[in-house]
Amino acid sequence: MIASLDGDAVAYRALLDTMQTRLRIFFGKRLSRDTAEVDDLVQETLIAIHTRRGTFDRSQMFTAWSYAIARHKLVDHFRRSGRKPTVPLDDAPSLFVEDESAGVEARYDIEKALESLPPATQALIRDIKLRELSNAEAAQARGMSETAVKVAVHRGLKKLGSYLRSGGDVK
Amino acid sequence: MTGDIVAVLSADLAPVSHWYVARRLFIGAGTGIILSATLMLVFFGLRPDIHHAMGAGMFMTKQAYTLAFAIIAGLAAERVARPATSGRGRIAWVFVPLLLVTAVATVQLARATPHGRIPMVMGESASVCPWRILLLAIPPLAGLVWAMRGLAPTRLREAGAVVGLAGGGAGAFIYALHCTENTAPFLAAWYTLGMGASAFFGWLFGPVLLRWDGSYEQETKQRLFMADS
Repeated sequence: MIASLDGDAVAYRALLDTMQTRLRIFFGKRLSRDTAEVDDLVQETLIAIHTRRGTFDRSQMFTAWSYAIARHKLVDHFRRSGRKPTVPLDDAPSLFVEDESAGVEARYDIEKALESLPPATQALIRDIKLRELSNAEAAQARGMSETAVKVAVHRGLKKLGSYLRSGGDVK
Repeated sequence: MTGDIVAVLSADLAPVSHWYVARRLFIGAGTGIILSATLMLVFFGLRPDIHHAMGAGMFMTKQAYTLAFAIIAGLAAERVARPATSGRGRIAWVFVPLLLVTAVATVQLARATPHGRIPMVMGESASVCPWRILLLAIPPLAGLVWAMRGLAPTRLREAGAVVGLAGGGAGAFIYALHCTENTAPFLAAWYTLGMGASAFFGWLFGPVLLRWDGSYEQETKQRLFMADS
C-alpha cells in the first residue's frame, strides 16, 4: 500500500487483487449466499479503498485500515436495507484478526508487529515460528538454555497477540 | 465486471501526499474561519480597546485558551478522519488548558470579596457569550464537516464531537477578539460552555452529518461503466 501511495501501479494492482479475494470472503461470511449483494459490496469497498487511499496512515496496519472500510460499507449496507447484522458489530474486529490473518499484507503487518518486540525475542520468534527450527536448535544457535528460549518465545507471542488485537493503533 | 475493476482502478492511480488528510481539514477549517471572522467584524466588531488589550495578560489567556482547544481538537480530527484510528489519545490534551484555566479561576474567586464573586463569573455578557460562540463556530464546523465527508471517519460520533470542539475553539477564538470580559472565572464558565455545546452538537449529529460523500465514488463508478461498454 505504501508503494501504491507513491504511485507504483504494479504493486497497487497486486494489492487490489488480493483485497478483492479477501473482501469476497469477508462479505460472503456475513451476508447469506446472496452473491449479487456480495459482488456489489466488494466493488463498493474496492472503490472506497481507491478514492480514500489518502486516509491511509503509512505507520498504520493495512489490514486494520482496509477492514475498517469494509466494515463501514457493511454497516451502511445494513442500514440502507433495514436489516440487522448477524454478527454483533462490537465483536467484529476480533473476528478479523482470527479469520483473515493470512496473505501478503498480513505478513507485512506481522513483520511490523514483530519490530515492536526486543531484538533478541524477535530473532527467536523468527527462528522458531517462521524458519521452523526446533527449540533446541534455536537455543544452541543463540547460546541460551532451552527453557529460557521457551519462556522468551511464549512472552513474545503474548505481546505480539496483544499488539495485533489492538490493531497497532498509533495514538 | 469486478474483474475489470482492479484494472481500471490501478490505471487511475496517482501518488498521494503524506499530508492529504491534514491539508483537506485545513482547507475546510480555514474557509470557515475566514467566514466566521467576517461575521464577527460585521455584526459584533472588534473590541474597541483592542490595541491596549493586546499583550495584556487576560486577553492573551483568552486567546491562548481557545486556540489550544482548536489546535488540540484539530490534531485529533486528523486521527479520527482515518478508518480504524481514534482521536482519543490526542483529545485528552484539552484537559491541560481546561485545568489550568479552572485553577486560575479558582484562585481569582478565592481572592475576591464575597460580593465581587458573582459579577466576576457573570461579567456583563454571560447570557449571550455561549450563544455567540456557538454561532461563530458554525462556519468552521461546516468546513470541517465538508472535509471529513471526503475523508474516511468510521467512528462518526467521536469524529462529530472532535470537529465540533475544533469548530467551537475557532469560534471562541474569534469571539474573544470582540468580547471585553476580563476575568478567568468568566472564561472558564462561559467560553468552555460555548465550546462544549459545539462539541455536543457535533456528537449528536455526527452520524448524520459525517456520512461519506459518495460523489467521489460515483465518479469512479462512471469511469468503470465507460470502461465496461
